[in-house]
Amino acid sequence: MNKRRNSYRSLDWTMIVCYLVLVLFGWLNIFSVLHGDSGNIFDFGQKYGMHFIWICISLITGFLIIRVLPANIWQSTSWILYGGVILLLMATLVLGVSSHGSQSWISIGSFRLQPAEFSKITTSLVLATIMSKYGFSLKGMPNIIKVVWPLLLPMALILLEKETGSVLVYVGFLVVLYREGMSGWLIAIGFMTVLEFILTIITSPYVAMCVGLSVFLLVFFAHREEYLLGLLVTVPTVVFLIFFPKILAIEGIAAVNQLSADAWLAIITAAVALFFIVRMVIRFPRKRFERNAFIVLLCGILFVLSVQFLYNNILQDHQRNRIDVFLGLVDDPRGVGYNLHQSMVAIGSGGFAGKGFGNGTQTSLGYVPEQETDFIFCTIGEEWGFLGALFVLALYITLIFRIIITADRAKDAFTRIYGYCVAMCITVHVFINIGMTIGLMPVIGIPLPFLSYGGSALLAFTIMLAIFVKLEFNERRI
Amino acid sequence: MKFYLSKRNTILLVLFVIFLIIAIRLFSIQIVDKQYRETAANNALKYVTIYPARGRILDRYGNTLVENKITYDIMVSPRTVEEFDTLAICKIFGLEPEFVKERFASYSANARKIGYGAMPFLKQVSSEQYNAFAERAYLFPGFDAVARTARVYPINAGGNLIGYVSEVDRDYIEAHPDYKSGDYAGKTGLERAYESRLSGEKGYTVYYRDSRGRIKGHYEDGAADKEAVAGGDITTTIDAELQAYGEQLMKNKVGSVVAIEPSTGEILTLISSPGIDVNQLAEINKYYKEISDNPYNPMFNRTVQSAQPPGSVFKLVNGLIGLQEGVLSRETRYPCSRGYTSGSVHVGCHGHPSPINLPQSIAMSCNAYYCYVLRNIMDNRKYANIEESFNKWREYVTSFGFGHKLGSDVPYELGGNVPTVNTYNKLHGKGRWKSLSIISLSIGQGELGCTPLHLANFCATIANRGWFYTPHMIKGDDKYPLDSAYTVKNYPMVDAKYFPLIVEGMNMSVYGDGGTSHVAQVPGVNMCGKTGTAQNPHGDDHSVFICFAPKDNPKIAVAAYIENGGFGATWAAPIASLIVEKYLNGEIAEGTRTELEKRVKNGYLLNKVPVRKRKR
Repeated sequence: MNKRRNSYRSLDWTMIVCYLVLVLFGWLNIFSVLHGDSGNIFDFGQKYGMHFIWICISLITGFLIIRVLPANIWQSTSWILYGGVILLLMATLVLGVSSHGSQSWISIGSFRLQPAEFSKITTSLVLATIMSKYGFSLKGMPNIIKVVWPLLLPMALILLEKETGSVLVYVGFLVVLYREGMSGWLIAIGFMTVLEFILTIITSPYVAMCVGLSVFLLVFFAHREEYLLGLLVTVPTVVFLIFFPKILAIEGIAAVNQLSADAWLAIITAAVALFFIVRMVIRFPRKRFERNAFIVLLCGILFVLSVQFLYNNILQDHQRNRIDVFLGLVDDPRGVGYNLHQSMVAIGSGGFAGKGFGNGTQTSLGYVPEQETDFIFCTIGEEWGFLGALFVLALYITLIFRIIITADRAKDAFTRIYGYCVAMCITVHVFINIGMTIGLMPVIGIPLPFLSYGGSALLAFTIMLAIFVKLEFNERRI
Repeated sequence: MKFYLSKRNTILLVLFVIFLIIAIRLFSIQIVDKQYRETAANNALKYVTIYPARGRILDRYGNTLVENKITYDIMVSPRTVEEFDTLAICKIFGLEPEFVKERFASYSANARKIGYGAMPFLKQVSSEQYNAFAERAYLFPGFDAVARTARVYPINAGGNLIGYVSEVDRDYIEAHPDYKSGDYAGKTGLERAYESRLSGEKGYTVYYRDSRGRIKGHYEDGAADKEAVAGGDITTTIDAELQAYGEQLMKNKVGSVVAIEPSTGEILTLISSPGIDVNQLAEINKYYKEISDNPYNPMFNRTVQSAQPPGSVFKLVNGLIGLQEGVLSRETRYPCSRGYTSGSVHVGCHGHPSPINLPQSIAMSCNAYYCYVLRNIMDNRKYANIEESFNKWREYVTSFGFGHKLGSDVPYELGGNVPTVNTYNKLHGKGRWKSLSIISLSIGQGELGCTPLHLANFCATIANRGWFYTPHMIKGDDKYPLDSAYTVKNYPMVDAKYFPLIVEGMNMSVYGDGGTSHVAQVPGVNMCGKTGTAQNPHGDDHSVFICFAPKDNPKIAVAAYIENGGFGATWAAPIASLIVEKYLNGEIAEGTRTELEKRVKNGYLLNKVPVRKRKR
């Protein structure tokens, strides 16, 4: 008896409390969105009643994982589970139910499951299994391929289900690879590529090039540890770049000048980069980082220009339109712009302390779409205000940081890698979902972990977290 | 200076920055930016419009031309409608179930646009139907009755000049942002011209909706409400009785009668025939097709929109110009042997003594006389060439108001047409035309287009001996003083001293030997008149007449233009003189005058009017 109490005490209660508060808070808000004046929160004919059932199922499952199942079972069965989910994903493609334009549900009796939610768990387990093998390192092509294909397979299947949002979650696994030894520059370059692409299209090539150049300067000088010089170069450059187009627009100059600001910037930057590349190759062959940095800068300029050219001259209208819709530049036929606007109105109208539980007008009047699933954060923002939103953010930060910190100090590589996977899955979900409701991200339909209505997502996230809690608990008993 | 970030801390730092960005964004939209709160408030408050009573329209003596009665519009908020008995609602309003079905189908098709708004379900239901509905309104949640005012017309007169009021359409809302769907606005006539004074200001009651969209109660106990401000009455210059009388006279004829009080420029009657019956105005939508299918186009306000050649009436203009230019005097005499011949040009005339002086030429309406007058004006040595003299002539003509909009408050006024040098350069080639080429202008034919309002205004100018006020239909009051455009005298380029000669000729036309206007003699009234017979390519000549009376201190100036009525003395002169008699004497003298009145009222000229295919 005593031993058992001790073992409870050594569970990581920070995570569990964060989890429980989030789940309960989510349930309350789902009720608030959907209830009538005299609604009973346990009415199983309603969605909030159904959600309660799912909460119970999740809690029982979590309890089983933590108290009953052995910790090592996950590593030993990871490939079997992975294979099972892949089969489910394939089955969904064939037998699945369509909803909201994607085919990602599979019906078992009256219960409907979304296998994509569970593939995150199995992929995490398999990644952890592969990378925790003794002597495994992320160097060399064969090893990298070993890690990448288990990622790409579910991504491809989910893409075929037209569940684009869930695919993006897998991008989070890159961070795990980074932690396990992959060069951070690769991620940085990948990130910059996406950023440059988006900036080019939604603002202008000039802005994209300016951002790229500024980042280059900061990174370049930071690497050489010339921080003061870096600031002395970067700040005036940025100031000059901001005023450069206005200088070109002055009448006298505009009359003489034939080139646009874009062209000037591209030509000058490319010329300088080329000069330094040649110089590095000839005189400082050892300074590989500087050389590579200049090459990346040159490629970046060319990339921006080619994106601009491709977008304006090569792409067909409907292709351009698809990109615009994805980036949220135009409304798609389902009225994404309308949804976003209403969502921001709901959150914005919450003010500092919110309108109070059950008093939200925007969400419960039906102005916000998908209000109990993907847009649940609107209700929180409206009824609980800035304080409530910060409270939720704080819970997520606590949970995620706690997972990362405990994972990082785990002695077992499997626990560490799996922990990072869990943390990143939650992070990407939270960032995309909340970012979408407040206009920071394009509208991508993925649930908010633990809060959104939806059994599959809740159960999947619960299992995911419970496995880590168990692994971490086991870690301390070693 | 070297610090090291472990991979774990790098990741934690990046995540922290991401969450910081989210928190900052939340701070900005929830606390800094107020726009979202306002939008949300608009979503959650329900504004119920209170429609103001529209102002009345009175005639010059204070008689009511237009007033209001209360009707009800049945509105429906589709989102709050619950199941209801379709047949019951059909029974109350006498509808077909299909009608209800169609309405609701269109609501659900526009569900997003409508949102929680209310849509008109049925308009202008009677008070009996409203009472039947109000008793059982609890059976139909989501349905609402809104009191509206509808127009009533106690006197059957002035359909065209009053104009109609109807619901605003999308184009109107775009042009007038203050209006919303469901509002009414004056579309034609006075209702349109004085819309801003008549319409008043809408008010609203603000209700608070709970989260289910149900009305919870008065928002802030009515502090946010706004009362409707009733529209102001307008007093017109119209003489309702005279207007009604004139419309009776114009029945079954196509044309216009315009009467003006010369000393003020006030329009006494403005008749366009066939016109719109006032009983059709109130339910214009119901009659719209019938009206627009009428081949004689009652919508068309001929008094200001039908620009036609003025015929012999225009001789007075040329006479005045000739006098001012010094090429004509009272005793200038010209011969006429049944017309004027020069080279290949021949302008015919009727038999009358010859030669004659200026007043006689007016009285007998001699064509030849004015051919001489026009040629003398055009071939005046004072001017280097025909273009210069023509331009001078045109300046005179337009100074009388012809060839451009007078600026009255009758909506859709047209400017008519006075030809320019270019007109003839195009027609004949530059330098290839001379006074003889434009000889038809002398007798008011050819390229001239004048509206009946132009002619009435010209007649008033003669009555005033040389000046006019811009004609108008509105009386000024303390709150809305008359627009300065209506209080400034306009002086044409002809001196006042030349007008008495013209007046003498017009008086002779009515009373003198060989005068063409004898039919216009009114007992007890010293009348001045001038007939006109405008040739036109579409059938019989148009019958034209202008007159004013009494000769000294004139009280009324009338222009009548009867399409395809033949000689001016046949229809226009009798009608105009009856108007004068009615206005000045109050009744028509027994005997020849009542017989004339009877002939006019029974006159049927519609079959003489060619029905042109109208452009849609």
